[in-house]
Amino acid sequence: MENHLLQAAPQAAPRALDAAFHALANPTRRAIVSRLLRGPAPTKELAEPFAMGLPSFLKHLKVLEESGLIRTHKEGRVRTCEVQMDQLVAAERWFAEQRELWESRYRNLDDLLARLSGEPDEG
Amino acid sequence: MKADLQFDFLVDRGAHTLTIKREFAAKRPLVWDCYTRRELLEQWFAPRPLTTKTKSMEFKEGGHWHYAMVDPGGKEYWGRTDYQTITPMERYTALDAFSDESGAPNPDLPRAHWEVTFSDVGARTLVHTLVTYPSREDLEKVIQMGMEAGLASTLEHLDEVLATLSSSS
Repeated sequence: MENHLLQAAPQAAPRALDAAFHALANPTRRAIVSRLLRGPAPTKELAEPFAMGLPSFLKHLKVLEESGLIRTHKEGRVRTCEVQMDQLVAAERWFAEQRELWESRYRNLDDLLARLSGEPDEG
Repeated sequence: MKADLQFDFLVDRGAHTLTIKREFAAKRPLVWDCYTRRELLEQWFAPRPLTTKTKSMEFKEGGHWHYAMVDPGGKEYWGRTDYQTITPMERYTALDAFSDESGAPNPDLPRAHWEVTFSDVGARTLVHTLVTYPSREDLEKVIQMGMEAGLASTLEHLDEVLATLSSSS
């Protein structure tokens, strides 16, 4: 679909978003994603800051991978992880943020116009 | 805010445009002033809780507005708007850019073309803004960039978001 008329909350990819929110509901997984937003990293390096065994850590990675938030690939003996947001989720989020930005900006302008017109502020 | 003011927000990825239409409960000359006079523009342009500060402003064809949006922690996001054509009280076109404090546009990021049109709707004013990116790839690039920044900021507030989600379901 080329046109996105966002009159209501964007729900174009609810399942992908649900999976993403579930994956991010855990502080360890949020920390992993935060780290990967700075760039790809080998699993071993990624696991180091966390005080848990590798099997537990790999379970978190698996949840993230299944949610589509990250992907991993193996080269030789090194498995590397990187963030992968579904393009549709990314786009919908951006649209929603842009819309929110304009709404917020224009609420400011409403207030300013009301002040300049000498009307009581109805905000 | 008055609840019945029209607000339309349309993204067309194929045409790489954003269209924003909004009514304001004021006469056109006042709305025009709010867009074109530095001391007024500064009072509304940045979305809350950010504030706007102007480094320089010359609203004329060939002139530009160099400004920053400042977050509560003091971080500055610089931008620059170059005015191209102006028809007073009716329309202006401009080229938008991410910049730095010196005013130099960021060459790695696409510049969007803005066409802003003002018209009367009874006693109200309708502002129609058409934002056009040079290509679909440029729009995708901006989306990708905003997505990375957006996710980072979402993560900071995620606990609150999740609390809200779980209490409403």
